[in-house]
Amino acid sequence: MIKEKLFKYLTLTAALCSVVFLFGIIFSIFKEGYSIFAEVGFFKFIFGRSWHPTHYPPEFGILPLIVSSILVTAGALLVSVPLGVGSAIYISELAHPKGKEILKPIVELLAGVPSVIYGLFGMAFLGPFISRVFGLPVGLNALNASIILGVMVVPIISSISEDALNLVPRQLIEASYALGANKWETIIRVILPAAKSGVISSIVLGFGRAIGETMVVLMVAGGATSIPRSIFRPVRPMTSAIAAEMGETTMGSSHLHALFGIAIVLFVITFISNLITEWVMRNRGKNGA
Amino acid sequence: MKKLGMFLSLFVLMSAVFTGGNALYAASKSITITGSTTVLPIAQMAAEAFMDIHQDISVSVRGGGSGVGIAALIDARADIADASRSIKTKEIKLAREKGIDPYANVVARDGIAVVVHPDNPLDSISIEDLKKIYTGEIENWKDLGGPSKSIVVISRDYSSGTFEVFKELVLEGAKVIDGALMLASNKAVSTTVSTTPNSIGYIGLGYLSEDVKALKVDGVKASEETVKKGEYKLARPLFMYTNGEPKGIIKTFIDFIFSPQGQKIAREVGYVPVK
Repeated sequence: MIKEKLFKYLTLTAALCSVVFLFGIIFSIFKEGYSIFAEVGFFKFIFGRSWHPTHYPPEFGILPLIVSSILVTAGALLVSVPLGVGSAIYISELAHPKGKEILKPIVELLAGVPSVIYGLFGMAFLGPFISRVFGLPVGLNALNASIILGVMVVPIISSISEDALNLVPRQLIEASYALGANKWETIIRVILPAAKSGVISSIVLGFGRAIGETMVVLMVAGGATSIPRSIFRPVRPMTSAIAAEMGETTMGSSHLHALFGIAIVLFVITFISNLITEWVMRNRGKNGA
Repeated sequence: MKKLGMFLSLFVLMSAVFTGGNALYAASKSITITGSTTVLPIAQMAAEAFMDIHQDISVSVRGGGSGVGIAALIDARADIADASRSIKTKEIKLAREKGIDPYANVVARDGIAVVVHPDNPLDSISIEDLKKIYTGEIENWKDLGGPSKSIVVISRDYSSGTFEVFKELVLEGAKVIDGALMLASNKAVSTTVSTTPNSIGYIGLGYLSEDVKALKVDGVKASEETVKKGEYKLARPLFMYTNGEPKGIIKTFIDFIFSPQGQKIAREVGYVPVK
């Protein structure tokens, strides 16, 4: 009895820890960051087009950083959604059991590669390759970051989508075959729609992962602070601006507050994407499949 | 009674934490160094050599950046702050408020080399042209007598010490063009320049390698002698800030850095000795 109670409270403490950490993080970034909104003005901070934090007078407009983040993340999803969902369909529906046994861990292994190694690959191989193929002066750009991030996100989309596909009830699939549908029709018309909410939440999770990734974009995105006019331009996503500039900035300066301000914006974006995932997942229960 | 005991132990613990590490450090004879990644290699190698001689003193060295180092010195979390820039007025003010008196020890000098791809025909550049390139006034190599190719401008990040010195010595208050690639480390700049034919970048003298070509600046080659003689214009001092003039074991360490052995280390990691 006592043991049981003890166990209950121990696990409760563990659960509460996450809550404390989350609120601690939220509190500290807002505490450090809110002053920049007051100092620069909300609209000037979010929609300002010039980021020159150490210039005199400093300019704290983060629109180029936001646009960079969105561009790179959208590009990453263009790469990862077809690859991730495609491999999930193959692994769950089409592969021979032996093939599945080999393929699944390999895709998941992609998630285990440290991001700095992805970054090195992008810097030393993909960059020069891109600049040669497209005739660009430099290969560190949004395209490079998109490709590398896309590959990083594949295992997330693939494994969560695959779980969702596996959960589609057998009866539904058998009914489809019974109606004379072939494998392709069954997958596209029956299985994918039934697993829709799982696939969508895997994509939203992938989005959150891609927009929050730091090391890779720091290494391969190029870091220019102009608003990118194409995917071939070097860009500076929010995460890389924070990571690159935090170390050397002066404590207590507006620059530091501005970096925390970027962190708030980033936090709000990922928070919303997580809310969407939750919402989609919850609706799945209501709709029955 | 039990509660009182807990309070007491908590109190002792807290006061140990809050009275600042200094007293504790001295007792266990250790030195904490934090700061600029530019100074890091000197601090690290010197610390190792120093601990071989003084086995009763332990020296721990961390990077993090000039700003982080100076903040740590101000908060008494570090005995020595490595910095690749001089301390700012704001930081001095903050330090004074906390009873810290930052004292600058110039331990070495660092030249900033302007580098291009090895295939670039250019050999020399003036500071004026350099400024024009980084502010976007010159966008093509043909304006400097090279082939008609657009220039890929590569810079260090806004808050890096190297950028700050470059800004001061070359840009003179002007803004870097928005389209410049802002990279996070000397290594990243040198790798990118070596793989990008029409690029120009700048790195610490210690990071020069065969993969990139260093340009003469205002006709002077970037080298140890020219920096030491003050002929090469893109050079800066490297600091180890201490709280007041160094005393005790901290003085022993700083003295070691200034000794022939310490200065040899500075040279080995690519900087210019001061003594």
